[in-house]
Amino acid sequence: MQTTNANEEVNYLEYKGKYSGIWGWIFSTDHKRIGLLYLYSIAIMFVVGAFLGLAMKLELIAPGKTIMNAATYNATFTVHGVIMIFMIVIPGLPAVFGNFLMPIMIGAKDVAFPKLNLLSWWLYVAGVLLILTALLFGPGVPDTGWTFYAPYSFKTGTNLLPAIFGAFVLGFSSILTGLNFLVTIHRLRAPGMKWLKLPLFVWTLYGTAWIQLLATPVVGITLVLVSLERVFGIGVFDPVLGGDPVLYQHLFWIYSHPAVYIMILPAMGAISEIIPTFAQKGIFGYKALIISTMAIAFVGYLVWGHHMYTAGMSGTAQYYFSLLTFFVAIPSAIKVFNWISTMYKGSIKLDTPFYWAASFIFVFMIGGLTGLVLGALATNIYVHDTAFVVAHFHFIVFGGVGFSFFGAIHYWYPKIFGKMYDKYWANVGWIVFFIGFMTLYTPMFYLGMQGMPRRYYDYLEEFHGGNILSTFGSWIMITGLVIIITNLIRSARKGEKAGINPWGGKTLEWRVPSPPPLENWDEIPVIGEEESKYF
Amino acid sequence: MEQTKHVEHDHYDPEASKIGMWLFIFTELLLFGGLFIIYSVYRYLNPDAFHLAAEELDTFIGAVNTVILLVSSMTIAMSTTAIQKQNYRLTQWLLAITVILAFVFLVNKYFEWGAKFSHGIYPGSEHMLEAFSQGEILFFGLYFVMTGLHALHIVIGMVFIIWVMFYIKKRKVHHNRFALLENSGLYWHLVDAIWIFLFPLFYLIS
Amino acid sequence: MSEEKHHIVPYKTYLVILLVLLVLTFVSIAITNIELGELTVAGALFFATVKTFLVLTYFMHLKYDKPYIRIMVGFVFAIFLVVIIITFLDYYYRA
Repeated sequence: MQTTNANEEVNYLEYKGKYSGIWGWIFSTDHKRIGLLYLYSIAIMFVVGAFLGLAMKLELIAPGKTIMNAATYNATFTVHGVIMIFMIVIPGLPAVFGNFLMPIMIGAKDVAFPKLNLLSWWLYVAGVLLILTALLFGPGVPDTGWTFYAPYSFKTGTNLLPAIFGAFVLGFSSILTGLNFLVTIHRLRAPGMKWLKLPLFVWTLYGTAWIQLLATPVVGITLVLVSLERVFGIGVFDPVLGGDPVLYQHLFWIYSHPAVYIMILPAMGAISEIIPTFAQKGIFGYKALIISTMAIAFVGYLVWGHHMYTAGMSGTAQYYFSLLTFFVAIPSAIKVFNWISTMYKGSIKLDTPFYWAASFIFVFMIGGLTGLVLGALATNIYVHDTAFVVAHFHFIVFGGVGFSFFGAIHYWYPKIFGKMYDKYWANVGWIVFFIGFMTLYTPMFYLGMQGMPRRYYDYLEEFHGGNILSTFGSWIMITGLVIIITNLIRSARKGEKAGINPWGGKTLEWRVPSPPPLENWDEIPVIGEEESKYF
Repeated sequence: MEQTKHVEHDHYDPEASKIGMWLFIFTELLLFGGLFIIYSVYRYLNPDAFHLAAEELDTFIGAVNTVILLVSSMTIAMSTTAIQKQNYRLTQWLLAITVILAFVFLVNKYFEWGAKFSHGIYPGSEHMLEAFSQGEILFFGLYFVMTGLHALHIVIGMVFIIWVMFYIKKRKVHHNRFALLENSGLYWHLVDAIWIFLFPLFYLIS
Repeated sequence: MSEEKHHIVPYKTYLVILLVLLVLTFVSIAITNIELGELTVAGALFFATVKTFLVLTYFMHLKYDKPYIRIMVGFVFAIFLVVIIITFLDYYYRA
């Protein structure tokens, strides 16, 4: 597969293939274009989801009905959850940055199955459209919460079938992405790119892909069963027919707990790329980070029951799940220590991606430690289903994945678009967003401790203060978001041209031009024996 | 099509296809795995009802279908040997036999389900609600879901095999490039392996 | 292209395996016809496991594949088993 020199000038953004215009994108099997397709579709859905979140916070600014009634509020948090979880954070980093960067990072020209890769994106879009159908047409917007708990999920009169089917299709898309990545990492590493030379981001994608592959089918079949229950009344989760609704929760969380690691592992991977670059120092504990990645993936598969402490499980199962939940904290903490140790005695360059990475560690630690409050059986029962839980998982899912995503986009933006963004406004956006985030979610820990339940559109007067502060925070955060997104969109046109390696990164993607040429490499790089990135 | 530096992804890597197929099989295993978890929990909770309900099923038809699937698994496995020996006629015959056996399996299944339906045994039937205990309703709910999903996989497998036969005819799959044939075989064996578990769990526990 | 030599499995191997599978099927039917109580299910599952093992090893060529594919398959079955066991930590100990 010899390529000519002429390609060097044609980058993937300008390349014209068989189709032109938008068709050249949605029929492209180029992993970089597919990565951007995901980026744009995820960004659009994120704006919708963030708007719904904003509306919920506005409703909660005062007790009683403010802008919506109880039923609308139920629908709003359901749709907010479904969009944010299934359409944004689960595909999130793997689909966008994994697609764009992983083949370059391992020295390949594309993923192993490029057409399958494109199919994944189409399925993603199909899933999104199906769920939107559920919202716009039919008897009503689903109001079950994103968890579709039985038996309500087959009793509710709302339009749940298309939503469930949409989630199923999104799951299938996720499985195919995982499958593709696993085969790519196994088969397409450049000569000399041994397993223990792979960048940590690739390692986290590898762990993630396994979870995608092994956990998603379980929720797939569970959702199919809920649909069959709705249509035919097969009885498997219906207590009237002898079914056990708690079993639904088991099966749902067998997927959905590992799904948290589908979200957070690549986020940790991106942080593990950013920190050494800006500390100008090799990563501390490369192998420890790999082991902790795989340990999180593995142990994280076996702790689903800590979502169900109050559902009526046996005591033995509760002890087991509580114990194992604490085990997950160990590899997570190892990662944090390694990042900190990487910075120690490094020569830190303060730039936007580093700010995001540093604040990631901060919010991730708050999210992680409050996770132990929830993982411990006794304290969980006290704060179960309160605002405390909402605060915790927003710190992990939004704080963890969101901060890492923004860090990643600010880190790889010059590579992806070949332009540098306005750093001043990027920093302003970060600090405003960070302040808004803390103001929005921190009071919810307090509210939860006070006893304010989650998923309520109304509350007692004593919760008023915390809620005002939280709603106020949501406005600050949205301001930050507007600044960040505006700056990024504006810079794609007006930004200065970025060089091949603006940050001094050591991974392979910094050796190809920005933006990368169509096939990434004229010649597949050969990684020398002594050439090692980290140690 | 100026400047056709077409991204040619046509490098043939049989090992990549094979792992790809295996990974896909893992997802299928866990798809059925979810159902097996449900089955085992409900069986544990309603041992007597499951015992009783299983007696409604005809072990003979189940056994016949088991034999059919096992033989079809052998024929498709042999087709890989045949294509490596460049015996294309035999390859196609072996695949054709596999598809025909799959079809016979489905016909059996059709009559089996039909008999259940005519006795008023189907999800949501009034008869079941009146005459059956909760455990029995669960048993038949799972029976229809699991064998139904399995039958769906049989259909997908048949389409897959016919597609491969078409490719062999056009010699897009040949003795040096038969990963697709192997993959269809892997898929078919998966369908077989799942049936190996479904058969005792539904037919033999009475 | 095909630097790795592909192992050609003789027809006879497949035939032998099929015969073994058929025998196991009939034995398992025969055994479950005897009233063994609790052991019936265990017996049926044991035979199913042996049969699946044969299918995986010979029909699905795991015997001739690289070890890492075998490890993956083993891993997947193991993790599924663990998930079932953990689920039963709940149901088995429920009051």
